[in-house]
Amino acid sequence: MSLPDRKEAEVRRLLEGPHPPVPPELTVRATELGLRLLRRRRAARWLMWLVLWAAAVAFTVWAARVHPWVAPPSTVAPPVEGL
Amino acid sequence: MRERQTERQRRSAREFEAFVAGAGGRLLHAATLLTGEPPEHNERARRLLTAALARTYAHWDPERGEDPYDRTRQELVARFASTAWRYHRHRDRATGVLARLTPQERLVLVLRLSEGVAEEQVAALIGLPSERVRVICTRAIATMRSAPAGARRVRPRAGAEGVT
Repeated sequence: MSLPDRKEAEVRRLLEGPHPPVPPELTVRATELGLRLLRRRRAARWLMWLVLWAAAVAFTVWAARVHPWVAPPSTVAPPVEGL
Repeated sequence: MRERQTERQRRSAREFEAFVAGAGGRLLHAATLLTGEPPEHNERARRLLTAALARTYAHWDPERGEDPYDRTRQELVARFASTAWRYHRHRDRATGVLARLTPQERLVLVLRLSEGVAEEQVAALIGLPSERVRVICTRAIATMRSAPAGARRVRPRAGAEGVT
């Protein structure tokens, strides 16, 4: 075993030390927090779809009323009359 | 559809419970080493681990082939790294085995020696070049060996104390 390896092994043994006891409520609390995260994420996704949907509806209504694809009548030439 | 969803949820909850029962002890040990707290008073470590586990729960999908242990450890490291300045400030309270090291040295030492993560992976996890990781690890090992394990806060460490 080389010197650096021995040093590493020595510190590794120190790190092994006594393990802290696992609190019994760890799983329950983590699950609760995880569920809250999931709920929040779901709410955010729902909100995003809602905004998208509202934007699409608003655009459709506006387009149906304004007809932006119709060229405005020309204002340069006078209307031809009496031919 | 709804029934199938709740059935899947229940199965995930069972699997998650089994995972925490199996890996919780080791993860909490690693978290406690990171925060530098003594094993009996490791509130910060518990809080860190609970938050990391919650993320693991929210992303629980073993069918994707991800190792939940790796995932939780990664989350733990990210959380610890982003809040490390708080642990810097509370140095006096850190009386654990690694209390003499800086948060960064603790992080590298725990990942390299206690968790056995490869140098390149540690470098990628904490966003440093691997040469730097090696230097930090060597320095941390030297510090740990320079003073007896029982002695606490023996000598002020130049560099590290100056930053805080």
